[in-house]
Amino acid sequence: MMDEIIKADCLRRTFQVGSEEVHALKGISFTIRAGEFVSIMGASGSGKSTLLNILGCLDRPTAGEYYIDGIAVSRRSKDELSTLRNRKIGFIFQSYNLLPRTSALENVELPLLYNHTVSAKERRERSVRALEQVGLQDRMMHTPNQLSGGQQQRVAIARALVNDPVILLADEATGNLDTRTSYEIMSLFQQLNSEGKTIAFVTHEPDIAVFTGRIIQLRDGHIIKDSPVAAQSAKDCINDELQMTNYEAVIPDSCIRNS
Amino acid sequence: MNFSNLFKIAYKALLRNKTRAFLTMLGIIIGISSVIAMVSLGQSSSQSINNQISSMGTNLIMVMRASQRQGGVNLGSSNVQTLTAKDVDAIRSQAKYVSAVSPLVNASGQLVNGANNWLGSVQGGNSELISIRKYKIASGINFTELDVRNSAKVCIIGKTVVKNLFPGGENPLGKTIRFNKIPFRVIGILEGKGQNQMGQDMDDVLIVPYTTVQKRILAITYIHMIMASAQSEETAGLATQEIEAVLHAVHKIKPGQANEFDVRTQQEMLEMMNSVTGFLTVLLAAIASISLLVGGIGIMNIMYVTVTERIKEIGLRMSIGAKNRDILMQFLCESIILSLIGGVIGILLGLLMSYAASAGLKWPFIVSVPAVGISFLVCAATGIFFGWYPAKKAASLDSINALRYE
Repeated sequence: MMDEIIKADCLRRTFQVGSEEVHALKGISFTIRAGEFVSIMGASGSGKSTLLNILGCLDRPTAGEYYIDGIAVSRRSKDELSTLRNRKIGFIFQSYNLLPRTSALENVELPLLYNHTVSAKERRERSVRALEQVGLQDRMMHTPNQLSGGQQQRVAIARALVNDPVILLADEATGNLDTRTSYEIMSLFQQLNSEGKTIAFVTHEPDIAVFTGRIIQLRDGHIIKDSPVAAQSAKDCINDELQMTNYEAVIPDSCIRNS
Repeated sequence: MNFSNLFKIAYKALLRNKTRAFLTMLGIIIGISSVIAMVSLGQSSSQSINNQISSMGTNLIMVMRASQRQGGVNLGSSNVQTLTAKDVDAIRSQAKYVSAVSPLVNASGQLVNGANNWLGSVQGGNSELISIRKYKIASGINFTELDVRNSAKVCIIGKTVVKNLFPGGENPLGKTIRFNKIPFRVIGILEGKGQNQMGQDMDDVLIVPYTTVQKRILAITYIHMIMASAQSEETAGLATQEIEAVLHAVHKIKPGQANEFDVRTQQEMLEMMNSVTGFLTVLLAAIASISLLVGGIGIMNIMYVTVTERIKEIGLRMSIGAKNRDILMQFLCESIILSLIGGVIGILLGLLMSYAASAGLKWPFIVSVPAVGISFLVCAATGIFFGWYPAKKAASLDSINALRYE
């Protein structure tokens, strides 16, 4: 049971837009086990951003329950969610979100500044180690504008690694990079995965998704496909989706009973 | 989050934009330094006045001629000729809290010694005048009651007069100088006293028997003023009442009738001057406070801009585990650091300015500890007050929207 890093149980998320209710997630259930490298795919409007927000403890589901590392999230307070994000999750964003005019090392140290159990010495050591992990040991004192896009994303990955999270959540992490650099970043993710990191990678690019081990595909707030990459290539996935006119959502029985 | 981390986050954020941090501080620096300088200078000036008034003696009582009205026309005080040496004698014999009393008759004219001359003023008194006015004789002797009776042409001169009439450095004692062509023999030289509170040179003085001024210079029978010493500072009030009573009796002034004279003590002068300088200090501090307020609004403005500009950073901080409170505290801490550093620089600058000004004006340099303390508190309060709203705005941002803000 403990190797279930993420367990989504029938997640629903409804937004109130004016007088209208928008159902972004309509009952999503899946599990990510320790050591998995999962990509979450879907076109825009499929609910993948909403799902990522919930997986990242930035948002709470309207209904259903979400467990991260065995901890139920849906009824936690905002402060508790902050602590969960700080201890359990490593975020990687499309636009890197590094602090400008701040050295790579200090950028990586940032999450540990919000964790008072980590001493200054330990913070420095762990940050240096995280930068070494992403191959930037020579660039520690460089500021973001002195680094290339790929290097900046590596700094961001080091920052996500530094608090030793149970899962890395990447949101279109290669979206701002050229193809070649994207592949480099993906192989870095693969390497981290082989070292035991659990990674969830949100993308809409099929050729990026093939680097992962499993693809969860969303459409209109439902999971329409959840399969290992070995069985079916990501490209086929997309083709499937395009061909499908009347798809059948993968909805577990339990959710139907609830709704 | 513990405080040292919070502080670290805030000051690193400030360091990322040094120029802006400095410009924001500038408002506070100017505000605080002007408050400090104004208060400090105000206190210096009142202290310098206090010093000089006390050096004249706080037991000094002056009887001056009051202004007179005739048929609704105010004739001023110079026409009053009713104060005479008899009043002085009456005070001496009847007022027991008065230790010394002297008439005062003033005249001014050209002093000449050989080729040197100087526009000086003569003060005529009796032998007690020197002690009443807190002068000391540095060399030579005071004139006597006999000299007063004889209208003797002897004088005691101050240092400024010595300097101007005897520039060669010879000893003036025993020499004869001329005042309006009348020869006076110098019998004494006064110790230096410097300037009084009005900026008058107290050493530019020639003291002679009052009868000499009355008969030989002005040809008058009345006196201009009476100067008296109370036995002590504490009895100055009683002595004043006594003098008034004696003069009322001598001049046959009924209660309720207008006085021909004013009795003033140095104490009253002191209080009057203090109330003036105190008012000025408050006024200056109030004006300076406005610049402090403007500085505070400057901080608020910049913090607002900063929050909007750093929405993405705020989103990132939230995503990596910053609580709303952490964000609030960070921005609050930033504005407090700005205002405190600005305040410290402002305090130092203000002290420097007031030091320079009081050195230039030869006033005593006073560090107003309460002003410094209050300024420091005001800085902290400014930081909190003007930083709170922007910080609150930053903390209330939604992490998801902030993160995706473009």
